[in-house]
Amino acid sequence: MAHAYQSHAGAHGHSAHGSHDGHHGHDHHDQEEMKTFGFWLFLITDVILFGTLFATFMVLRLNTAGGPTGAELIELPGIIASTFILLTSSFTSGVALLEMNRGNKKGLILWLIITALLGASFIYLEVTEFIHLVHEGATIGTSAYWSAFFTLVGTHGLHVTVGLVWMTALILQLRRRGITPVTKRKVNIISLYWHFLDVVWIFVFTIVYLMGVM
Amino acid sequence: MWDKIKDFASEFFVTGDPLILGAQVSIGLTLIAIIFTLTYFKKWRWLWTEWLTSVDHKKIGIMYIIASILMLFRGGVDALLMRVQLAAPELEFLHADHYNAIFTTHGVIMILFMAMPLMFGLFNIVVPLQIGARDVAFPFLNSLSFWMFFFGAMLFNVSFIIGGSPDAGWLAYPPLSGLLGSPGVGQDFYIWGIQISGIGSLATGINFVVTILKMRAPGMKLMQMPMFTWSVLSSCVTIMFAFPILTVTLFLLFLDRYLGAHFFTLDGGGNPMMYINLIWMWGHPEVYIVILPAFGIFSEIVSTFSKKRLFGYKSMVFALMSISFFSFFTWAHHFFTMGSGANVNAFFAVTTMLIAIPTGVKVFNWLFTMYRGKLSFPTPMLWTIAFIPCFVVGGMTGVMLSVAPADFQFHNSYFLIAHFHQVLIGGVVFGYFAGLYYWWPKMFGFRLHEGLGKWAFWLWNIGFYVCFMPQYALGLMGMTRRFNEYNFDMGWQPLNVVSTVGAFLMGLAFIFQVWQIAHSIKFLKKETSGDAWDGRTLEWSIPSPAPLYNFARLPQVTSQDDWWEKKQRRARGEAELPEVAAADQAPLEPIHMPRNSGIPFIMSFSWFVAGFGFVWDWKWMIVVGLAGVIISMLARSFSYDTDYYIPVDEVKRTEAAARGAH
Repeated sequence: MAHAYQSHAGAHGHSAHGSHDGHHGHDHHDQEEMKTFGFWLFLITDVILFGTLFATFMVLRLNTAGGPTGAELIELPGIIASTFILLTSSFTSGVALLEMNRGNKKGLILWLIITALLGASFIYLEVTEFIHLVHEGATIGTSAYWSAFFTLVGTHGLHVTVGLVWMTALILQLRRRGITPVTKRKVNIISLYWHFLDVVWIFVFTIVYLMGVM
Repeated sequence: MWDKIKDFASEFFVTGDPLILGAQVSIGLTLIAIIFTLTYFKKWRWLWTEWLTSVDHKKIGIMYIIASILMLFRGGVDALLMRVQLAAPELEFLHADHYNAIFTTHGVIMILFMAMPLMFGLFNIVVPLQIGARDVAFPFLNSLSFWMFFFGAMLFNVSFIIGGSPDAGWLAYPPLSGLLGSPGVGQDFYIWGIQISGIGSLATGINFVVTILKMRAPGMKLMQMPMFTWSVLSSCVTIMFAFPILTVTLFLLFLDRYLGAHFFTLDGGGNPMMYINLIWMWGHPEVYIVILPAFGIFSEIVSTFSKKRLFGYKSMVFALMSISFFSFFTWAHHFFTMGSGANVNAFFAVTTMLIAIPTGVKVFNWLFTMYRGKLSFPTPMLWTIAFIPCFVVGGMTGVMLSVAPADFQFHNSYFLIAHFHQVLIGGVVFGYFAGLYYWWPKMFGFRLHEGLGKWAFWLWNIGFYVCFMPQYALGLMGMTRRFNEYNFDMGWQPLNVVSTVGAFLMGLAFIFQVWQIAHSIKFLKKETSGDAWDGRTLEWSIPSPAPLYNFARLPQVTSQDDWWEKKQRRARGEAELPEVAAADQAPLEPIHMPRNSGIPFIMSFSWFVAGFGFVWDWKWMIVVGLAGVIISMLARSFSYDTDYYIPVDEVKRTEAAARGAH
C-alpha cells in the first residue's frame, strides 16, 4: 500500500483491488490500514514509556528509607484475583473480535460490554488495594520504593481507565453505526490496546508483585 | 481585601525588574495591536478558517516556521543579555537569579521551541511533496501536534512575566529543580510547557514514519527516496524511541514536586542521578534528532547546486541510520565526572567517538558530490559550504570532549559551551537556514532578495566565529559555564568582550534576515516556474506554492532524482517511459482530502488551561482543562464526516491557473 488513500480517490470501478460497500469504500480501506499501522507505532512508544517506568522501579526497589516494604504490605491473593480478571477480559475482547468478523453486531457489543465490566472490576480491585496500602501507611511520599510502585502500577491503571472510556464510546458508536470498515478498525485497535495492557500487566505482576513479595 | 489582591498580584506577576517591566509593557502593547488589527480588518474569521483550523501540511509547516522564528528572536535576546552581562567583570546588569533564569530559558527555547518547530516546519512542507503524496498520513493529528507544541511553548513563555521563569538549567537537574531547590512556580511552567509540546513532538514522529513508509508515490522504492526524506525518517524513528523517556522523566519530576514523591529527592531514598541518566537518555538522542534533518537538507542542496547525483547515496542512508542507532548509547558522556567508574566511562567514550565515523563519511560524500560538479553559489549553497568547516571543527572538539580523562578538564567549562554551540549553530541553525532559503520559493511562491541574504550570511558567519572561538580559549583558561560574574584579576575580560561583539554581529545578521523577508515581500519577485533552482526531486515538479492537493495526478517514479531524470529525458527529446506517460495522461479523478477541524486547537488550549492549573495548583482549573481535553477526544471519536472530495472541475481550474502563470 505504498500510496495510501489518495491514489484511488473516487476509484470506484478503477481500483484493481476490488471494492467494498459504499461509494468510496476503497479509500477507507487503505486509510484504515494506515491508522492501524500508526497505532502499532504508538504501542512501540508506549513500550518505551513503560520500559522507563520499569527501569525506575528496578533502580529504586530497595530504597524504602526505613519505611514499610512491599513484602510487608502487599496481599497477593487480591492481586492474583485481579490478574485473572484482566487476563479473562483479554480473552473476552478476543471473542468480541470473532463476533465482529462473523458480522454479529449484537454479539460484538455484548462481549465488549463484558470486557469493559471485567476491566472495571480490575480497576475497582486496584483502587481498593491502593486505599488499603494508604491505610497501612504506604503513600506515594513514603519512600522511593512506594513512589515507584504507585507510579508504575498507577500508570497501568490509568491506561486501563482510558481504555474503558474509549470502549464505552466505541460501544455507543457501534450501536448507532453497526459494523463498517471504520468501526471495524476502531474495534481492532482497541483490542490491540487491550492485549497490550495485558502484556504489560504480566510484567507488573512478575516484577512488582512476585519478585517483590516472594 | 485590597491587601490580599495586592499580595496575590505580586506573587502572580513578576515585578520589580525594569527589564521585565519593559517586556510586560511591550507584550501588552503588541497584543492590543494584534487584536486591534484583526478586528479592524475583520480578519478573525479568516484567521480561524484558513489557518487555526487548517489540516493542510503546508500551512501547518508555515505556522511552525513563524512560531520558531519568534522563538529564535526571544532566545536570541536572552543570549545577548547574557553576553552583555559577561562583557565586563563585576558588571551589575543582571543579578544572579535573573541570569540563572535567562540561561535556562535560552537553552530550553533554542532547542525545544526554536530548533524543533523549525525542523517540523520543514518536515511538513517538504516531505509530502518530495515523496509525491497529497498529505501526511494523519492530517488531524498533525494539526494537533502543532497546537500542542504551540500552547506548550506559550505556557513556558508566560512564566517570564507570570510567576517567574525556571532557573535550574535547561535540563533541570534535581535536587536543584526539586521542591526544596526551586520552590517557586517557574519549574512547574518548565515541566508542563515541555510535557505538552513533547507529546506533540512524539505524535509528529509517528505521523511522519507512517507517511514515509506508506504514502510514497507509486514506484518510489525506499532506496530511491530523496535524502532529506531519509533524514526525516531517521530523525522520526529516533523521536519515537527518545520522547517517551522524556515524558516519563518530566512526569516523575512533577510527582516529586506535586505529590511529594521521592524519585529524585535527597531524602526518602530518592536518587537524583537517576534523573540525570533518564534526561540524557532522551537528551542525547535529541541533539541527533535535530541534526539529522540538517544533514538531509545539505545533501539535497549540494547535489542540486553541483548538478550532480549525490555521491555515495547508500552510504549516506547507512550513516543516517547508524547515527540514530548509536545516539542511544552515548548518554553517559554528559557526566563522565560523576563517578560511573572507568569501564562505564570507557564504553561511552568509545560509542561517542564511533558517531564521528558515519558523520565523517557524510562530510566526504558532500565534498565528493561537489567535486567536478557544475557549482553555483546562491544563498542555500553558501550556508551549506559554510557548514562544513564549522561542523568539522565542532565535531573534532566533540571527539576531544569524548576522551573521558580529558573531559575532567573540559567538563562544564566554556570549552563545552563553544563546542555545542558550534555543532548546534553550525549544524542545525545553518542547516535549517539553508533549508528555509532553498524551499522558500516553494513555500511562498516568491524569491528572497539574494543580496541581503548574503549580508546576513556573512554577518552570521563572522559573528559566529568571533563569538565562539574565544570561548574555547576561555574554557581552557578555567572559565566555567553559568557564571554571571567574574573578577578583574582572572584575565578573562578581553576574550569575553570579543565574544560579546560576535554575539551582536549575529543579532545584526538576524535583523538583516528580517529585512530581507520584508524587502522581498515588498518588491515581490514571483516564482512562476515552480522549479526555482532547477531541482532534482518531486517537489519541484509542481507549481509554487503547491496547490491544496499538491499533485493533480500522482507521479509514477522510476528513479532516484526522478524529476531531474525526467527533465533530462525531455531535453534529449526522448519519448517518456511508458508507465510514466500512462500516469501523466491518466484522467483526473476527484481528490480525497481531510476537512478542517477546530478540535486540535481547542484540545491543545485545554491542555494549556490544565497545565496552568497544575502550575498554580488551582484544582478547578485542572478539572476544567482536563475535561476540555476529554470532551475534545470524544468529539473527534464520534465525528465520522471528516473528509471530502475535490471535484475534477475544481482541480482542472486550479491547475490551469497555476500552470498558466508561466
